[in-house]
Amino acid sequence: MPDQAVSAVHAEGHDPALLHHFADAQQQRDSSSLGMWLFLATEVMFFGGLFCGYLIYRLQFFGDFGAASSSLSIKLGATNTVVLICSSLTVVLAVWAAQHAKRTLLLSSLILTIILGFVFLGIKGIEYKDKFDEHHVPGPSFSFENVKIPGQPADHYAKPNHAELYFSLYFAMTGLHALHMIIGAGIFVWITVRAWKGQFGPDYYTPVEMAGLYWHFVDIIWIYLFPLLYLIDRHP
Amino acid sequence: MSGNSEHSSFEHSSSLTTYVVIWLALLAGTALTVGAAFVDLKHFNTPLALIIATIKATLVALYFMHVKGSSEKMTKVVVISAIFFLLLLLVLSMADFGTRAWS
Repeated sequence: MPDQAVSAVHAEGHDPALLHHFADAQQQRDSSSLGMWLFLATEVMFFGGLFCGYLIYRLQFFGDFGAASSSLSIKLGATNTVVLICSSLTVVLAVWAAQHAKRTLLLSSLILTIILGFVFLGIKGIEYKDKFDEHHVPGPSFSFENVKIPGQPADHYAKPNHAELYFSLYFAMTGLHALHMIIGAGIFVWITVRAWKGQFGPDYYTPVEMAGLYWHFVDIIWIYLFPLLYLIDRHP
Repeated sequence: MSGNSEHSSFEHSSSLTTYVVIWLALLAGTALTVGAAFVDLKHFNTPLALIIATIKATLVALYFMHVKGSSEKMTKVVVISAIFFLLLLLVLSMADFGTRAWS
């Protein structure tokens, strides 16, 4: 039965744990990881442009940025930081569970990751709504009158157009970050479905690990966004 | 590092204890950075916040993203390149803006 032999070889060649163009499973995993890291390097530069813009205008309009930043809620920002850090833990737990063939832990970690992702986005949504209510969203209805500059005499008020620049950067940076969170949550829904079907185990867990790398990267971006956007000029 | 041994599939993985310790360190770092923001350190508030953020990011990359213990040396090259080019972007831009006579 040559047909069967061919299809057997063919099926083996499409085993996701070891595709036929790789020498061994380790090489295949390393290749995936390297590719993912290259993508993350481009993401670093993508966000880097925004961080560079922030740095330039923060130095140029130092006090105005401090005044605008003080209108954000540290409580919500810090909560979101904790939520993201916890979701990073659930992601490494998911990878560990896949490596050790622990199905229940794998599925619960993945679902918890998605839930934490949506908690983050929900809190972000509340923050955005507050900004809309306060007319702090750049545009025709923007208003930032008579806001004191931190650390300056009482009659020093922030210039509204400079504060508007801060909020433009705030929405661009957190918005781009939130978009990454939405994409990440979508990826984890897909990973959860595949895990539910039993496609991951000690031999093959690369997609879980790659989705994890992306998630951790998004976490790292937030680790920088939080102090730069929320925590400037807060001291009395 | 054992390249082709039976245990090589777990080469990337750390123990659960490590993960929990790193998680606690990240939470402590978050508390620290919030606390430090309310202390007047003159010009050092922002540098301190960035140092804490960098320590947290390094912990995530090394232990959660498994850069430490990665069998693929090229991964480290890519990570270092990304940091290098980011610094190139920031430092050269700031060198430009910082030395403009008209600004």
